[in-house]
Amino acid sequence: MAVATQRMTYAAPGHADSPVELAERYDNYIGGQWVPPTTGSYRENVTPSTGEPFCEVAYSATADVELALDAAHAARASWGERSPAERAAVLDAVADAIDAHREMLAVAESYENGKPVRETLAADIPLAADHFRYFAAAARAEEGRISEIDALTYAYHFHEPLGVVGQIIPFNFPLLMAAWKLAPALAAGNCSVIKPASPTPWSILKMMEVIGEALPPGVVNVVNGPGAEIGRALASSKRIAKVAFTGETVTGRLIMSYAAQNLIPSTTELGGKSPNIFFEDVMSADDAFLDKAVEGLVLYAFNKGEVCTCPSRALIHESIYDEFMARCLERIRNIRQGDPLDPATMIGAQVSTAALEKIEGYVKIGREEGAEVLIGGERKMLGGELAGGFYFKPTVLRGHNKMRVFQEEIFGPVLAVTTFRDEAQALEIANDTPYGLGAGVWTRDLSRAFRVGRAIKAGRVWTNCYHHYPAHAAFGGYKASGVGRENHRMMLDHYTQTKCVLVSYDPNPMGFF
Amino acid sequence: MAPSRVTATAEALELIERLRTVNGPLVFFLSAGCCEGSVPICLRAGELEPAAGDRLLGEIGGAPFFVAADQDERWKRPRLLVDVATGPSDTFSLEGPHGVHFVTTSALADASCVSENHGT
Repeated sequence: MAVATQRMTYAAPGHADSPVELAERYDNYIGGQWVPPTTGSYRENVTPSTGEPFCEVAYSATADVELALDAAHAARASWGERSPAERAAVLDAVADAIDAHREMLAVAESYENGKPVRETLAADIPLAADHFRYFAAAARAEEGRISEIDALTYAYHFHEPLGVVGQIIPFNFPLLMAAWKLAPALAAGNCSVIKPASPTPWSILKMMEVIGEALPPGVVNVVNGPGAEIGRALASSKRIAKVAFTGETVTGRLIMSYAAQNLIPSTTELGGKSPNIFFEDVMSADDAFLDKAVEGLVLYAFNKGEVCTCPSRALIHESIYDEFMARCLERIRNIRQGDPLDPATMIGAQVSTAALEKIEGYVKIGREEGAEVLIGGERKMLGGELAGGFYFKPTVLRGHNKMRVFQEEIFGPVLAVTTFRDEAQALEIANDTPYGLGAGVWTRDLSRAFRVGRAIKAGRVWTNCYHHYPAHAAFGGYKASGVGRENHRMMLDHYTQTKCVLVSYDPNPMGFF
Repeated sequence: MAPSRVTATAEALELIERLRTVNGPLVFFLSAGCCEGSVPICLRAGELEPAAGDRLLGEIGGAPFFVAADQDERWKRPRLLVDVATGPSDTFSLEGPHGVHFVTTSALADASCVSENHGT
């Protein structure tokens, strides 16, 4: 992705010169209509940038999930029977609508989540559009396989949609994660009931405003409300054929147990504590590659560290630690923190006070365990309207891998850094974690890069890069990081049934009876 | 059984009692991982059966409190104090609709409880 420098700070949604129109309250999106929650209840939705509420969003109950399931089931047969070309055309139209409203969606996403608008403009929104295009193409390119059992007997394999799926998405990339979940499900011919995360219920509704027209009614249904009630009702429903979830581990276990009880498949993405390994040769020249490696370490602050694959453990060869870390700390000192809607802002606000308090708690735990705070370590206090926002300074803790801050997912801009002696020790530390979602390897020696990349037990090993999320590169976890691979056509397999039609062309009986 | 390593503040005990009135018997599991990981998740008893790899840390307000044994080891078998913080939970934890969420603060375990090798 290329980061472009932009104009002045965007006006907040609802202001006359903002690209984002704002209503006072937002309903659920069910069957192609805006439907008030049966509860009649709405909750204030807060922007992390100021801590102030800016709109109200439906606070639904189980009955609303049932309405959404009704709409999805009503749409299921006709959507599932559309030709791949027709479905692809719909997904392409969705992508076009997202692209046409890139700035509006980027500002909405930034305002609701607290992430810098320069990230949403350059990454979240264009990647979301591209994701729909990718799966439009992938679905058209799908084909069944034919097995020749013998000269007169053939097995024909067809991919069929599952039907109606339940999808529960996280708060860290509300629109991109919606795209990751919706695009393969829809491309495969399913209808979805999707539950956004409670801290970020709104931006997806702004997306539905612009993509809704491209979709047949009932194919995508969005219901907002408490996870404890509607997330549970959706995930445990007998009316879904598959459930997909991104979030923490206990809810992940619950989701999988509901799926087990209903005998349906599930896919889960449950987090990580990703190692980012810097071998000594990154410093063998003072060049663009070294500059890229320094940026690669500082990427822990991308999206304020609220990324499942945050490179939150940096492992640096002991011989280069002092000089390499000095360069990184200099880069971290220059991170501009402030109003997420200012295109010059590089790090914004954490999503909620709960997130902020959790991060503070972990820094405290790190200090108590003897970690050294190299930079940051506290909230960032900003003035004016931003005084009530949820800002935390980019932080680096130096310690060792047995410390809790190296083992637990902090989900904030907190890097735990340590050193290693040799390749074997680097690998040992890298793999000493319950998770296996992402990893980074930085070296000029590509045979070492390949060897180490294959030995790390993680689903995605970025090699001489980090935080790229292109469609067509599989993404998913080893170990406690979950089950499934998103972002690749193989996700279509998680959203389809295989039908085998076994045909005998032999006119003669088998002869058993 | 080993002595309990989990206690709760008065506010947490009061919330547990309210949740029990609505939901019946309760159970806690300590979460980990993405998003809102690391928080205690309060469920109806029986909704998620403890697995072989789960460790019972004790009870709070009559509700058993479990943690995955490997997680407990990586956390260095802490003593946990369960408290209540403002702001709703985004998990399936039952207190979410009350606009608050359970949190833990942890004291490091007694040195005698920790057997991990600290040299890396």
